[in-house]
Amino acid sequence: MKTLADLKKIREKAQEEMKLRGSNVRVKVVVGMGTSGIAMGAREVMKTFLEEISQRNLTDVLVTQTGEKGLSSMEPVVDVVEEGKDKVTYGNMTPEKVKKVVVEHIVNGRIVSEFVVTTGN
Amino acid sequence: MSLKRIDLLICCGSGCVSAGALKIKEKIQSVLKDKGLLNEINIIETGCMGPCDLGPVMIVYPEGIFYQKVTVNDVEELVEEHFIKGRPVKRLMAQDKQEQVVSTAKEIPFYQKQVKVALANCGYIDPESLDEYIAQGGYEALGTLLTEKKPADAIEIVSKSGLRGRGGGGFPTATKWKLAAGNKDSQKYIICNGDEGDPGAFMDRSLLEGDPHRVLEGMMIAAYAMGASKGFFYIRAEYPLAIKRIKGAIEQAREAGLLGKNIFGSKFEFDAEVRTGAGAFVCGEETALIHSIEGERGHPSAKPPYPSDKGLWGKPTCVNNVETFANLPTIFLKGPEWFASMGTKTSKGTKVFALTGDVKNTGLVEVPMGITLREMIFEVGGGIVGDRNFKAVQLGGPSGGCLTTEHLDVPVDYESLKEKGAMMGSGGVIVMNDSNCMVSIAKFFLEFSVEESCGKCSPCRIGLKQMLDIMERITSGKGKEEDIEELIRLGEAIKQLSLCGLGQTAPNPVLSTIKYFRNEYEAHIRDMSCSTSVCLDLMHFNIDKAKCIGCSLCAKKCPVTCISGSKEEKFTIHQLDCIKCGTCMEVCPVKAISKIPQMNDEVKACREKQRLQSEYEE
Repeated sequence: MKTLADLKKIREKAQEEMKLRGSNVRVKVVVGMGTSGIAMGAREVMKTFLEEISQRNLTDVLVTQTGEKGLSSMEPVVDVVEEGKDKVTYGNMTPEKVKKVVVEHIVNGRIVSEFVVTTGN
Repeated sequence: MSLKRIDLLICCGSGCVSAGALKIKEKIQSVLKDKGLLNEINIIETGCMGPCDLGPVMIVYPEGIFYQKVTVNDVEELVEEHFIKGRPVKRLMAQDKQEQVVSTAKEIPFYQKQVKVALANCGYIDPESLDEYIAQGGYEALGTLLTEKKPADAIEIVSKSGLRGRGGGGFPTATKWKLAAGNKDSQKYIICNGDEGDPGAFMDRSLLEGDPHRVLEGMMIAAYAMGASKGFFYIRAEYPLAIKRIKGAIEQAREAGLLGKNIFGSKFEFDAEVRTGAGAFVCGEETALIHSIEGERGHPSAKPPYPSDKGLWGKPTCVNNVETFANLPTIFLKGPEWFASMGTKTSKGTKVFALTGDVKNTGLVEVPMGITLREMIFEVGGGIVGDRNFKAVQLGGPSGGCLTTEHLDVPVDYESLKEKGAMMGSGGVIVMNDSNCMVSIAKFFLEFSVEESCGKCSPCRIGLKQMLDIMERITSGKGKEEDIEELIRLGEAIKQLSLCGLGQTAPNPVLSTIKYFRNEYEAHIRDMSCSTSVCLDLMHFNIDKAKCIGCSLCAKKCPVTCISGSKEEKFTIHQLDCIKCGTCMEVCPVKAISKIPQMNDEVKACREKQRLQSEYEE
């Protein structure tokens, strides 16, 4: 490390590694992991999100989890929360659908209306 | 990019480690492994998070959920509920004043009045990771300084910030640097004073353990300002983890090119190493510390010459405290005006305190200067433990003094505390409830100073011992009316005549307690009574015959068989033989035995007889 630019490079990479601890999150994906969600494959859904986001190197997307959301008939249920926008809830998710949501919604900002259960808070 | 979705921060400060943090970590690792979750969860050992009495504590990100008093048995539930199902475990979370469960650390009352500058990363980053420190803006202050500013600018910035030495004395940091910078010697040294020795103080240890790179960066900023090319960390050997962490940080910095020649492409070159101290309290004094690094005996020497002229190996040297260094990177990043906006007229910024004693929330706290003692003890500290009342607070360890209820609204800054007879010190704060005997407390600190006096100058070596003899007399019921005046006379003389800071401040605990608790000294001397029953010679145990059921349990358990009686006559303690162990009181099933805060009449008469006899024989 010889210049401030080198330092900045290291900092950006390290911040990426630490993004779970706050700062610089554009989109938050919340996977419902209640008993029924898990029974319907929520873990697979979450894993696919993690893999897709990692592959595409989306540094400002955070995947987290929550408990039962009450929409048992639609499980696995996923919320996509963007700063300053209405929350979008997707239902009956599968790993295949996840890939589409990542490409369309998270990358390109187009809500995949065919999977949407509800929007707004 | 990793697949991690949870950052689990486990506090591995010494407090939590002794409460079992490492065992919990192992258990979590094994449970995660069984469930195949190891690659989703990042387990990070951090430095001290602060609330030591709630330990072991941990924080789970991204939610920022704060867990306290976690045990190995909680781990299964924690993993199953929170890490797999995303349902935080409420029973392990903190409660606020209204007894509502609070989820994140920020909501806990303990943190609300705190402002973290020196401790900003402590408990948040992995102290063994250079990258995590850099992610928090680490080494940017140094890089900018080296590439864009001159050493004189650095002194100017620190001067504007109003930063003063955090080791206790409160000497303006910029002035210290300026004196050394003015010296044109080709070799200069910078030293980090990590010889923290006050009983109950652990600020420096926590900083070195929790954020070693910050201290190193601070040292390098100071070195650039004063023109030093070599630095020494002087850390006591009782802090093995702090030594390991700072050594690790130096190693990482060397590998990354942050130490060595042409740092950040500038002409500045610097290297640092660690020297361990053998735990002598006097080595916290700068000249003694310097002698210790040189390999000499840790004795202080007379000033002048000051270390800024003739320090380590006769070269210009600056000795700064750990916390002083830890403040520097943030001052340079956020600007001196930002730092100076906190605090009082003469004391700027924040101060780290180790809050201990009879408060609910003991631990490591960082508060803005100028906060009142009341806020610190009752809001940050959460008030007095149990249903006892606040009696006194001891600041500054063996060099400081005790303050009382009437001082609760005194702002915490260098001048205000000194004026009242205490001192900022390095930051040890011991809160005491009304079960503490102030004479005994003063005696405890005096004992410490007598033990730690290096013996070089006679006021400290002989004078403190004389004071201790008097204190021992007073606490054993042999005090004389003139003893209080004699203590004051000796104390004042020792303060004026001693060679170094140890002797110059050692009488403070006694002098300040005489000032504010003179009635307790008088009660010890005149009435032979210790109202708190702490001084064993000035109290006795008594069996209330009306309550005694004659079960004989006390007599059976008494280790010196000084209790006798029968079911009919009830039981009696033979006071002359009693060793005041208190066992009888503990075992009594009907609580018939109590402490009487006065010397027993029988004992008093016996002592008087002995005294007359010895006078007669002479």
